[in-house]
Amino acid sequence: MTEFLQHFVNGLSVGTIYALIALGYTMVYGVLKLINFAHGDVYMVGAFAGYYLGAMSENGEPTLFRAVLVTLGSMIFCGLLGYTIERFAYRPLRHRARLTALITAIGVSFLLEYSFQLKPWFHHPFEFPPGPSPRFFPALIDFGGESPSIEFLDVTIPKIDLLGFGVAIALMLLLQFIVYRTRFGTAMRAVSFDSQVAGLMGIPVNRIISLTFMLGSALAAAAGIINASSRPKIDPLFGLISGLKAFVAAVLGGIGSVPGAMVGGLVLGLTEEFVAGYTDSSYRDAIAFTVLILVLLVRPTGIFGRVTAEKV
Amino acid sequence: MARALAVLRSFLPFIVGIPILYVIQVFLGSYSPALALIAVTLFVNVVLAVSLNVVNGFTGQFSLGHAGFMAVGAYTAAKITLAFSGLTIPVLGHALTQQAVFAVALSASMFTAAIAGFLVGMPSLRLRGDYLAIVTLGFGEIIRSVIENMKFLGQATGLSGLPARTNLVWVGISAVATVVMARRLAVSTQGRALFAIREDEVAAEAMGVDTTGYKVRAFVISAAYAGLAGALISHAIQLCTPRMFTFIRSIEVVVMVVLGGLGSITGSVVAACTITIALEALREFQAYRMVVYALLLIILMLTRPQGLFGTRELWDLPIFRKLMRKPAVAGGEGASPTEVRDDSTSTGGAA
Repeated sequence: MTEFLQHFVNGLSVGTIYALIALGYTMVYGVLKLINFAHGDVYMVGAFAGYYLGAMSENGEPTLFRAVLVTLGSMIFCGLLGYTIERFAYRPLRHRARLTALITAIGVSFLLEYSFQLKPWFHHPFEFPPGPSPRFFPALIDFGGESPSIEFLDVTIPKIDLLGFGVAIALMLLLQFIVYRTRFGTAMRAVSFDSQVAGLMGIPVNRIISLTFMLGSALAAAAGIINASSRPKIDPLFGLISGLKAFVAAVLGGIGSVPGAMVGGLVLGLTEEFVAGYTDSSYRDAIAFTVLILVLLVRPTGIFGRVTAEKV
Repeated sequence: MARALAVLRSFLPFIVGIPILYVIQVFLGSYSPALALIAVTLFVNVVLAVSLNVVNGFTGQFSLGHAGFMAVGAYTAAKITLAFSGLTIPVLGHALTQQAVFAVALSASMFTAAIAGFLVGMPSLRLRGDYLAIVTLGFGEIIRSVIENMKFLGQATGLSGLPARTNLVWVGISAVATVVMARRLAVSTQGRALFAIREDEVAAEAMGVDTTGYKVRAFVISAAYAGLAGALISHAIQLCTPRMFTFIRSIEVVVMVVLGGLGSITGSVVAACTITIALEALREFQAYRMVVYALLLIILMLTRPQGLFGTRELWDLPIFRKLMRKPAVAGGEGASPTEVRDDSTSTGGAA
């Protein structure tokens, strides 16, 4: 039982990360019908932005204020990055074949990964690019007390995971509010439904798509910070696999659906943790893809997806 | 008599080519082994690019799992050559026996890779576009993950000490065979069906093309040649590890195909040669290699998404038409069967 609960806790911790990244995938797919391959790398950049911001405020004590500042800074930075990527790499291709955009997205993903792996060009005020070897994310928050985790029914729950989980849930609720209760959200859903007609109705389609990208990228940055706080080893390639898995989570939940991405992320995180925990953990990375293949074969629309007929 | 001559003519490239390649191999191998290895890599990349073009270019199905099939082929061949490395058939002598073993290993690698292609293709080819891309990527990674966990395949360290069997003759034959296969496929009924699927899958199906069947066949053919390429490269560098077959390898091949033009065989060949040589020239800037790669891919997609040649072949280009003094007949007999008027890109976005 203890083992089960421990896996459950670990699974939730990983699952929230997947869910936050998957939200970006699902929103972008909703408005553009594009798998933003570079999204996992935006998540990586988010963690690094947090790393640098944390390093720059090194002399400050790890306080809640600093943590909020670093997280917000990184989210804003990634929002701008997302805007740049959309503006210069995807927008010129919007009316071309979809595969063209997919290939470009792969290109952007590689560009981020490999330019971050270069040797540092400059060392002051910080070393950038970080280079291929892993770096250690600074602790943003000091929880006081003796133990960094709480024990409950013999289950170890790291406090940072608990906080991360709370922040993630809050962000998801905020997103849910934005998408379903605000004018921007309504416009976003309209663009997702039919961008051409939405444009005719006076919705500024380009601006909505840009904002969607920024929102998704900011969430990815938050996921990057939460993940790096709990598992502090970061390197330029760690976004790749997480990004792909988050995509699986988005498909599992039903791509284009906001609650689907959340549920998909949590389910995938739990599945991975349980399967890897009870069997051979060296197959961990293959689990997500197996889930993906099963979902696409059994129920391609995912848990919350709608069935749409193909128009000729 | 005429028939016999025609058969002979189609074997002419082999009859002339093999001795030439052999001579080059002997000279280059003793003069500069590094250069010989680059030449081998170049031919292997041609095999990879042309075979991936059958799926990505001819059929319009975007596969990102080529490296997985390479891995299957490489490990199959490696197991066979390692198992029979001491074998000598008295009549043939050791050297010739080993060449025969290698030939068997190459055939077996194509066979197992084809089976893998079938197993992967059957379920995933029901999907389209970007889903297919991700699923093939996933399968590629699953294949790698499985290999990494197999004791008898050496797990993460892989198999080392493979006999150095690959030479220019083997890769030359393989490259020519791949190109000829692709060309024959393109001008056949099968090829027409594949192009129909690429242009409009729904319309092709309505016209009675068994879309899933043809897609799976294209996938199997492509996988077989990927397996061949994997076997060749692993016996050139005498090593076979899972790290050689990550999905970055698949992307490299995709870049070649896209650069040359989806659907253009000569385009793939030219792109594979260009990229291989360019990467060797840039070896000093090792770290920047992949950055340049990524930038190239983005800029190419933004400026010329159809690739260098589009769906056309080298001999369709105006310069070559002039050289051959053939009048350019638009859409007529002069045009290559792979050439399709370029309206697919404009309608594709709306679909």
